[in-house]
Amino acid sequence: MTAYIIRRLIYAIPILIGVNLITFVLFFVVNAPDDMARMHLGEKRVTEEAIQTWKQEHGYDRPLLYNPDASGLGRFTETIFFEKSIRLFVFDFGSSDNGRDIGYDISQRMWPSLAIAIPVLLVGLSFNISYALFIVFFRATYVDIGSVVLLVAMMSISGLFYIIGGQFLLGKLFHLVPISGYDTGVEAWKFLILPVIVGVIGGIGAGTRWYRTLFLEEISKDYVRTARAKGLSERRVLFRHVLQNALIPILTGVVVVLPLLFMGSLISESFFGIPGLGSYTIDAINSQDFAIVRSMVFLGAVLYIVGLILTDISYTLVDPRVRLQP
Amino acid sequence: MNLPLDNPARSSEDRPPRILGPVGQRIRRCRDTLMSKQSALLSPKCGANITETRLSVKGSGVRTIERFDIRGRFLLGLAAILLAGCGEAPWNDPYPANDATGNRVYSSFAERPKHLDPARSYSADEYAFLAQIYEPPLQYHFLLRPYRLVPLTALEVPEPAYFDIDGNPLPQDAPAESIHRSDYLIRIQPGIRYQPHPAFAADESGDYRYHALTAGDLRGINQLGDFEQTGTRELTAEDYVHQIKRLAAPWTHSPIAGVMQKHILGFEEYAQSLAEMTETDPLQRVARLRDSEIAGVEVVDPYSYRIGVKGKYPQFAYWLAMPFFAPMPWEAEVFYAQPGLRERNIMLDWYPVGTGPFMLGENNPNLRMVLERNSNFRGEAYPSEGMPGDAESGILADAGRPMPFIEEAIYSLEKENIPRWNKFLQGFYDSSGIASDAFDQAVQIDAGGEPVLTDAMRERGISLLTSVEPSVMYMGFNMLDPVIGGDSERARLLRRAIAIAVDFEEFISIFTNGRGLVAQGPIPPGIFGYREGEAGINPFVYEWVDGRAVRRSLDEARVLMEQAGYPGGRDQATGRALTINYEAIATGPDDRARLNWIRKQFAKLGIELVIRSTDYNRFQEKIRNGTGQVFMWGWNADYPDPENFLFLLYGPNGKVEHQGENASNYANPEFDRLFNAMRFMDDGPERQAAIDRMVEIARTDAPWLWGFNPKAFSLHHRWMYNASPNQMANNTLKYRRVDPEMRETLRRDWNPPILWPLWAIGGLLLVIILPALWLVWRRERSTAL
Repeated sequence: MTAYIIRRLIYAIPILIGVNLITFVLFFVVNAPDDMARMHLGEKRVTEEAIQTWKQEHGYDRPLLYNPDASGLGRFTETIFFEKSIRLFVFDFGSSDNGRDIGYDISQRMWPSLAIAIPVLLVGLSFNISYALFIVFFRATYVDIGSVVLLVAMMSISGLFYIIGGQFLLGKLFHLVPISGYDTGVEAWKFLILPVIVGVIGGIGAGTRWYRTLFLEEISKDYVRTARAKGLSERRVLFRHVLQNALIPILTGVVVVLPLLFMGSLISESFFGIPGLGSYTIDAINSQDFAIVRSMVFLGAVLYIVGLILTDISYTLVDPRVRLQP
Repeated sequence: MNLPLDNPARSSEDRPPRILGPVGQRIRRCRDTLMSKQSALLSPKCGANITETRLSVKGSGVRTIERFDIRGRFLLGLAAILLAGCGEAPWNDPYPANDATGNRVYSSFAERPKHLDPARSYSADEYAFLAQIYEPPLQYHFLLRPYRLVPLTALEVPEPAYFDIDGNPLPQDAPAESIHRSDYLIRIQPGIRYQPHPAFAADESGDYRYHALTAGDLRGINQLGDFEQTGTRELTAEDYVHQIKRLAAPWTHSPIAGVMQKHILGFEEYAQSLAEMTETDPLQRVARLRDSEIAGVEVVDPYSYRIGVKGKYPQFAYWLAMPFFAPMPWEAEVFYAQPGLRERNIMLDWYPVGTGPFMLGENNPNLRMVLERNSNFRGEAYPSEGMPGDAESGILADAGRPMPFIEEAIYSLEKENIPRWNKFLQGFYDSSGIASDAFDQAVQIDAGGEPVLTDAMRERGISLLTSVEPSVMYMGFNMLDPVIGGDSERARLLRRAIAIAVDFEEFISIFTNGRGLVAQGPIPPGIFGYREGEAGINPFVYEWVDGRAVRRSLDEARVLMEQAGYPGGRDQATGRALTINYEAIATGPDDRARLNWIRKQFAKLGIELVIRSTDYNRFQEKIRNGTGQVFMWGWNADYPDPENFLFLLYGPNGKVEHQGENASNYANPEFDRLFNAMRFMDDGPERQAAIDRMVEIARTDAPWLWGFNPKAFSLHHRWMYNASPNQMANNTLKYRRVDPEMRETLRRDWNPPILWPLWAIGGLLLVIILPALWLVWRRERSTAL
């Protein structure tokens, strides 16, 4: 397994370079270094001299990808792309264009994101699986049909609707929780209730339907028939056999997103005023702070790769037949 | 500053403030909250419920705060919920329970400040904080109109002394051409002290405690509040001069460095000498600033300094009321320049050091910004002079009392309008602007066309304040364009025809909820040179009928089109439809309606308008390069002087040729000549006459459709006092007074938790789950067919 993991990590290097290159090109197609300088210096009374000074101090005065004035390898290394990207591979995110340490900000802002994402994942997963098993238990009955209609309706509604609706009902109308905001320490709990409820409800439609499909596929297999033939109760068949055998696709969906929980939710964090990494990324895009954008994209790519490796490892844990070969 | 159309102008009350405080403070606040909840548990306010709660806590083994584990916290939280139902703080209160009766102002902010260094900041959102902390020598009077400069740290508003080229003094009424130099002698009040700050902390021997930090010293330091000791010292004239040097330093990136080069004597040369400096070590840079002098700026004595200005520049006094000219103690620069602090995000751009009534207690722009009262503030008397009616309105009730009246201002990050508005209605923000989607809920237009509050707002005791902003939103023509621009009669008639066709009254009604006044020229109301009534209308677009301005008919516009060579919107020579490109900043679906409306306005004359949507970067690029034809943009005044608006049409300020702020690239020799004379004049009949002529020229040439002047609407709860719209002053927090007891009472009255939905949901779940379990049970026991 160790050799397998090492191989996957080596594969990750060109992937990360590619992701970084694409991010770089896309960002600078929209935002030239001059635009970034203007954004940071303000729109008013900015002189060309001030722009050039800013670019020089922030390392944006070099060519983007290829430096024809340099010689040898310098043609590629004395560029904005190389100088801004190479340190990412040792997880040195550097400073934002405002001068703040990005690594420190990430370490501070991942906790609010996790504080919402983990409860939403756990509660949502438990509820969706339970509900899907319940539907499967009553498959081909009115319970099944009614539930599917309900789930399709729920997944057809925009996530924004759940957020605004939740804020209106629980916060504005019933005065049960704060409409938005966040705090540190134990004061945080009252701000998490609403985002977690909204996150769970918003995920029920798609999540339960997906698990229902998995369980229905599983329940038609021979081993299930054998289990029933042994005289096991339907409840035991579902929870002991079907659920266990459906774990691989469930793990595929769950484990891969575990590392990405750090990254937060762009819309939820904005509407609920949660100072997580999702709003950090959005703010950086709006303020054209390439240093943060590239760091967050890089981090997202790394975490996604880690998630995929963890998924592979988890297969071996739930299915003894799976072996990871180098 | 430039105002993109897509960024609706906000009232000062709509500017969101917030904080990121030192870790120690946050820990203290959490601990206080816990303690207050423990006290609540022990207080017999809720009868039977409290007994049950106590038993639960006891049963969990939570006996002391030291053993306060996770389970205990959960139970305590649960207990707090139960207690809340007994009439304590509202459940939906976003603030800690012990904050309820504090003498605080609660507000919000939507964008995190980028800069808190007064030499760099040039944004209204940032000024909402900076202006409460830093004190330039002058400020605007809180109540008097037109806007008037009064001393802040200065003893008086400085009168410039004029000199000719040989250094001989000149009288105050000397012609501008004869004045070679103006000297501003600024005398500051003695005894003003800086806020407590580690940069001033000294050890027993009097040496600075934190000016030679080692790696060991920085262990455990993550925020400014982690430094144990603070100190202070008296404000001196040298601090003001040091800040002016910082404005010149290239590494400071001050946005006004270019402007000041044109005005302050020796500034350009000084900036040049600093630019040639090869040393990049921050400490060396600070040392260089301290060791060098600007030729035109000098410290006269510890309490006065002199600034030499090139020629005559009466507007310079306004700059002295902006944070750019606030004092900067060299100790702060040295402190922040030390290695290791920047890596911890402890820098001057993040932690201000001022003499103002407030200091930044918590600086967490991701969550909250907190301004705390500066314990070293000298005190300043509330103004005793106001406008007619101010005494009756009660806004002079605090006249002569020392400010500030509040202890703290808490600004919470609130990015979206809907939660911000709802929290204002619930009483969790003291003041608010009005977003478009909430406008009808808050304001209605009465029979006389005046905005009044809705019944729902009046019932809550909310008050509405309105004022016209010193801003203009205009539609500009690129005067370099061969079709729509230029000085030909054809182009002039075409522009005037469009000016009649584009109905800005309708625009204001549809897209700004009526929050604006149609502009008749470049100068907004409240600025010297603005004329009201019939004398102030643009005769090319309006006529005066029955005591009001009425837009000229489309028929007149069509006649103008014919005279211009475009009958029915077709080029007389080619027969082709006249096509004009409109440069738009379109960022969302809401823009579509606005762009369609603009297209229809041009279509009234048969003109085919091509909308070229782009992002703001590209839009600016097109304007800089002069490749656009028609665009909409705005300008917000730096200071209340007509020069700050008319210079937008001054030829040598053209965007393409001179990289100035004249985005239309308009140039008219007579206008430019008058501008050069007007800018040096004192307010009076002569200046008014010059402005009248300039406005007339501009109306005739029509480089802009004059657009509209936005109106600021702000709402205030009944417990908020001394709110007065002042569009120039940013340091208005010190005037605010609140009644915390009333606020707490009303918050509780307005936000009682409604519990029946919880019971209903519980009951519904039971109705669903119990039959389901029964079904499962029955099915498992049913026999096979």
